[in-house]
Order: sequence, then C-alpha cells, then structure tokens
Amino acid sequence: MMQIQPIIAALRRHKAATILIVLQIALTLAIVSNALFIVQTRVVHLSRPTGVDEEHLFVIKNEWVGKLDTAQVDAQMHADLATLRNLPGVRDAFASEAYPLGGGWGWLESIKWQPDKPRHQLAVIYFADEHALTTFGITLIAGRNFHADEIGRIGLYDPAAPAVVIITRDLAQKLFPDGSALGRTVYLTGGPTTIIGIVDRLQGPYAGSTTRSIDDDQILVPAYLDDVAHCDYLVRAKPGELQATMQAAPKALLALNHMRVINPDDGMIALTQARVQSYAGDRGVAIMMGVVCLMLLLATAGGIIGLSSFWVSQRRRQIGIRRALGATRRDILGYFQTENFLIVTAGVLLGTLLGVAVNLSLMKYWELPRMPLAALMLGAILLWLLGQLAVLGPARRAAAVPPVEATRSL
Amino acid sequence: MRGMPGYYFSLALRSFRRNQVLTALVIMLMGCGVATSMVTWAVFRATAADPIPWKSSQLFVPQIDNFGPTHNYQGKPPELLSYTDATALLRDRQARRQALIYAIRLSVVPDEQQRQPFSLPGDAVSSDFFAMFDVPFRYGGGWSTADDDQRAGVVVISEALNQQLFGGTNSVGRELTLDTHSYRIVGVLGSWNPRPRFFDVSSSGYPFDHPGQIYIPFNRAVDLQKSTSGNTVCSGDGNNPGSVGWDAFLHGECGWIAAWVELPAPADAEHYLQYLGNYAAEQQHVGRFAWPANVRLRNVVQWLDVERVVPKTSKLSLMVSLSFLLICLVNAVGLLLARFMRRAPEIGVRRALGASRSAIYEQFLVEATTIGMAGGLLGLVLTWLGMKGIGLVFEPQIAELAHFDGSLLMLTMLVAIAATVIAAFYPAWRAAQVQPAWQLKSNG
Repeated sequence: MMQIQPIIAALRRHKAATILIVLQIALTLAIVSNALFIVQTRVVHLSRPTGVDEEHLFVIKNEWVGKLDTAQVDAQMHADLATLRNLPGVRDAFASEAYPLGGGWGWLESIKWQPDKPRHQLAVIYFADEHALTTFGITLIAGRNFHADEIGRIGLYDPAAPAVVIITRDLAQKLFPDGSALGRTVYLTGGPTTIIGIVDRLQGPYAGSTTRSIDDDQILVPAYLDDVAHCDYLVRAKPGELQATMQAAPKALLALNHMRVINPDDGMIALTQARVQSYAGDRGVAIMMGVVCLMLLLATAGGIIGLSSFWVSQRRRQIGIRRALGATRRDILGYFQTENFLIVTAGVLLGTLLGVAVNLSLMKYWELPRMPLAALMLGAILLWLLGQLAVLGPARRAAAVPPVEATRSL
Repeated sequence: MRGMPGYYFSLALRSFRRNQVLTALVIMLMGCGVATSMVTWAVFRATAADPIPWKSSQLFVPQIDNFGPTHNYQGKPPELLSYTDATALLRDRQARRQALIYAIRLSVVPDEQQRQPFSLPGDAVSSDFFAMFDVPFRYGGGWSTADDDQRAGVVVISEALNQQLFGGTNSVGRELTLDTHSYRIVGVLGSWNPRPRFFDVSSSGYPFDHPGQIYIPFNRAVDLQKSTSGNTVCSGDGNNPGSVGWDAFLHGECGWIAAWVELPAPADAEHYLQYLGNYAAEQQHVGRFAWPANVRLRNVVQWLDVERVVPKTSKLSLMVSLSFLLICLVNAVGLLLARFMRRAPEIGVRRALGASRSAIYEQFLVEATTIGMAGGLLGLVLTWLGMKGIGLVFEPQIAELAHFDGSLLMLTMLVAIAATVIAAFYPAWRAAQVQPAWQLKSNG
C-alpha cells in the first residue's frame, strides 16, 4: 500500500504551492456546491406545475374603452363570455382579473378564522364562475362546484363578501390542518363565507421566489369583477385548436363590440408563453450558475494539471532514483494519485466549512433554504474525480520516467 | 538600468514560447475570470445606476404611516400615500416642488374610425412633475398649477407616440382622444428614459420598463375615477364595511399614490421632515391616526435602496463572478509559481552574473504584466461575446441596459493586468530568492 508519510514530507517542501491548491479546491467546493444548489432550487421552482391545463389555455387581456358603468361592464362580460364559449375551438372560458404565472397584480385577501381577531392567512383571489374549473382543467378533491345562481358581482373597490368560496388544498391545509376545511366558515374582508369545495392544485399569478409561501394558496370567489378598466378572459381551447382559437377569439370579441382594446402585441398570451416569461429570471440564474460551475471546474483542473506537471518535472531525478531502486510504474502513478487525493481531501474539508458559511449568508440574503449536505458531498465527489482525472496526465508522464534518469545530472 | 523593462518584455515573450501550456493556462484563466466579472459588472452597473445624479440628493419621497402599528409592515410606513395625505402635501406646498404620481393605462382612440383603439401605459401626475425630474421636451412643455386646479384636459405625450400619431411633427395644440375624453396636447417629450425608472417605482412595480407614454393631470384622472394600473395597498381590515365604491376608496386608508418633493438644501429636508411629523401628529390629534407620528423622508438613492431596485439576480451574479475571479487569481498564483520556479536555473545564472534581487523581481513583474495584457485582450473578446449572450441570463429589459463601452474596455484591461500582477507578487518574490551559488552547484 502507498506510504502517506513520504508524500506529506514531500509536500512540506512545497508548502506554498500545496496551500494554493488546497485553497483553490476549498473555494471551488464552496462556490460549486452553493451554485449547484441554487441551480437545483431554480429548476425545481420553474418546473412546478400550475395545476391547470397549460397546453390549451390562453388569456385575452381585454381593456374597455369609454366610460362604462359597472352594470354595462357586467353585461358586456356576460356577452363576451357567451361569444367565446360558442367559438368552435373553445372548450370553456371565464373571466377573472389574474391568471396563473401572469406575474402582474393579484387581489391579495386576508382570511380570518374569527372576525374580531387579528390572526389571518393571506391568499390570492381568482374571480370565477361555474365554468372556471373546466376552463382551468382542475378537479375538485372535495365538495362541489359553484352553481350558476351563486355567481355575484363585485366592484373594484368593494370588499370581497361572497357567500361561498372554493379554495386550494394547500390553503385548506393551512387554514384547517386537521382536514376539516370543507363546509367551514371563514371571514374575508367583507364578511363570512363558507368553503364549499377544495381543488387539488392551482397556482397563483405570482411566479414568486423559492420561499414565497402563498404561491399555492388561492380562493375562487364566485363573482364577476366589474372593473371598468379591464378584465382577463381565460380561454381553454380544444386539443389542437389553440392557434386557430387565438386568432379567432379577438376577432369575435371586436365584432361583438368595437370599443375595447386587445393590444395586438401583448393583448393575448398563451399560458406556455406566460411560463417562459415569468421564469425567465430563474432560468437565467440556473444557466449562469451552470456556466460558472463548469468554468470553475475547468479552471481548477487546469491549475492541478499545471502544478502537477511542474512537480513531476522537478522530481524527475527522484522518480528515476525510486524507479532504479525497484519502484514500479504503478508505484509512481499511485504516488501522484495519492498525493492529489490528500490535497483534494484537505481542500474538501476546508471547503465544506466555507461552503456552509456561504450558504448561511445566502440564506439570509437570497432567501435560499438550508443547503443539504448532499450538495456538498456531490461537490466533493466531483472534485475528487476531477483531481484524479487532472493528475492522470502528469502522473503518467512521471511513471514514464526511466530508471536511468537517476544517473543523469539534470 | 535604463531600457531594462523593454528587455524584460522581450525575455517574457521568449519565455512564453518555452512554457506554452502554463502561459496559455494563465492567460485563459485571467481572460475567463475577467470577462465573467466584466459582463456581470456591466449589468450591475446599469441596474444600480443613479438615474438622476445631478439632483438625486435633492429629491425626496415622503412617507406617512396611515396604517398604524397593527397593520403596517414591521413598523414601516407604507410606500405609497393615501389620497388624503397626498393631496394634503400638495396643498401645503412646504417644499420647493411637490409631485404626485400614479401609474395608469389609457386607451388612445385614433381619429379614423377604421383604426382600432390601443392602450398605453402612462402616469397621472401633478404639474411640478416635469420641472422636478428635469423631463426634456421636444415641443411645448408641461402644464401649470392653474391647469392642475382647473382639472384641465391637457396631456403630454412621448416622442414615440407623437411619431406614431402625428409623424413626428409638432403636435402641440392638437386634440387627442383618450378613453373617449378629449385632451389638448401641451407638450411632446424629448428622449427621456431614466434607468431605473425611479419616479414611480413603488406604483408601477417594475423599475426597468420604459417610462409611460402619456401624462395627464393627477386631479383630472381622479375626477374621472381612473383607477391605478399600479399597486394599491389597503389597511388590513376593511375599515368601513358599510361604504363601498370609488369615494370610499378615495377617502379610505389605501396607499396608491407616489409622492416626491424637491428640497434643494439639507436644511430644507430637515424642515420638511419636521413638517411631516407635525402633519401626522395633527392627524392623530383630530382622531384619524390612533398612533404617534411615523414618517420618513428618503432621497433617490436611499429610496432605490429601500425599494430593492437592483435585481437580486444582478447582485448574485456579480458576487459569483467575483468569486470566480478570486479563484482564477489563486489558481494563477500557483501556475505562475510553477512557471517562474521552473526557470530557477536561469535565475541562478542571472543572479550569479550580478543581477540584483530587485532586478529579478522587476523582470518577473514585467513578465506578469505582459501575461496580464494578453489575458486582458482575451478578456475583451470574451466580454464582447458575453455581452451578446446576456439575453440568455437576464430579462430582456435588464439585458438591454448593459453596454460595452470605452470605460468597460479600459476596466477589462486594467482588471486583467492588475489581477495578474497581484497574482505574480508572491511567485516573483520567490523567484528573486533563488540563491545563485546553490542553483549553479545543483545544476552541476
């Protein structure tokens, strides 16, 4: 077996270079493990399902022109929806003021268990009617859908006061951890309401950050929001008809009523596109971290190759002597590989401390969760492999040194 | 010793040929490290820029806590003002200029019947807005305080909209239909694109969009019950369950108006803060606030900091690339050490022939500088390439902000050379320590 003692003795003669490599490996491990962890959180974050039928959904951002009163807006919305639902390619449609991954504004509502206590839970409202569930393509896991006669009206500046609501499973869990949400009464800003249904999963309009805690907490409020400025129509196309329907829908609406704006450039968006847009930042971070990791590992490998080659060239005579005294090529190869392993191990130990320190400061600043030890382990294994790979070339050259080298003076 | 650096330079070039792999490695490291740092620096610099450097210390955002300790966020006053407070500040005129702003979206109804209306983002602002932010005008100008008071139907439009509607001609005095109401154009903006868009960041939410294209008087927008297209934050528990609708909203405790005041001297700011405190105390006195005055006054730079305008992505990527540069630097120290020590025999000979330690030191620093220059050149190419690729990493609005300009070019070279020279200090010192006699002996 390889003797570790002589290796350490040899490294003592190259203190500076050894320390430099150890330091470099430590820094690389600290950065790479954290960067890979960030990549992982981002990838998990941006591949979350919204719960809805993204493939077939699109949104029409409709703006009203002219001074309509709320009653006119309400009537117009009903007429628009009837038109949309009658289009051949449309499966179903409803009106809201936000849509999953929309990124813009959402109606943030506070829900209370008791009307006179300050304790509350935040959630985002989707205004909905009895067509909302089919349009989203989501299913109830408990309770029932809205009835047509439960759909009310709400003004932009009115407090939300529906008699009944449907909420997401996530929100139900938060409100009533014992699983008794269905049928319970909670208090919105406008008054009490009864939970009549629970849907499985439905993401809110904010793409949010990794730790944004209410991404999955939605309330479906059975009402038309009579906003005289605008409304969003969520439309679910039949399979294979998305493109054609996106062409036909605005034309049909404009034919119905001319005094509206559906901007040609950004007045409509398919949900697949909304996903791309709202996660652009996360994807960017993941790409950048990935690229930096790759460059870092290459740089570290380069450093190891450079210094190992230097050591090999410095020790040609000693290698020759060892060979002359009976060491095999395998012994020489093993020597440099063990040396590298020891150096990388020292670097990994130091790097683990550094990596945890970096993670702790990122947790404070970048809202990152605690890094699992697995990320550090993965980084360490990467570095051990990389080290062995990088040292292989110089070590083989060392092993190729002939015993006769011992007799040469230079 | 005149002319020695030149000689060292040619020595350096000659040694490149002998130590190709090590030299290439150092150059590559420096090039990559510097380029990554420069690209992310360019983005950071653009996002962290002071949008109005000549005036940023004179423009302030007043904040008044109308939510109270139970409903505000961690004791901080809301970012936006309620209508009651905003109009009170405008009425009291305690600053040199005061502007109220809220983001809106207006539909433009073209004259020709065939053309479809379209909508554009804009701001409802009070008259001081234009002078306060030194907004440039192509034609005409802003409107007067009298127009504010009379709720005049006047409008200022952007250069782009003027181009679109009037082919770029002077449209001052012409009529424009917005949301079916008629407005008289009083001004056309010149090219104006402060980045970040600081003035309505709290209302519009995203600071890296282009400014709005249409500006109408604040009072008129309120009269028309034009709802904000930006943030509205209302105090926790639906204070007046009985009253609903616009009037209740207008006079309720919702924050939705961005306010700015211009205070030329530090003493003015002190005075204004005092006024804000007095105002809030008075509101407590009349029973509107059930808590003592909680007010803030922050200038542009402080405000951008509070609003966290610099995207976290841009800070994080700068941090990561600086760490990368640091690792490259550590790496370069090791490689330069190997590179220099490999030439110990040569150093021994030079020392034996009478070269002083400082001469050796100088020689290797010149060599490092040369390597640094090569690294810098590679860094320039990579930076240029990287700037083409930032669209992959950053959102388009942020990516388009970053430019490859002269100062970035200079900085790239400077950082590359400085980093390499710093990396060479220790290896050069080690090289200078080589003993002439020992080297000659050991080489036989």
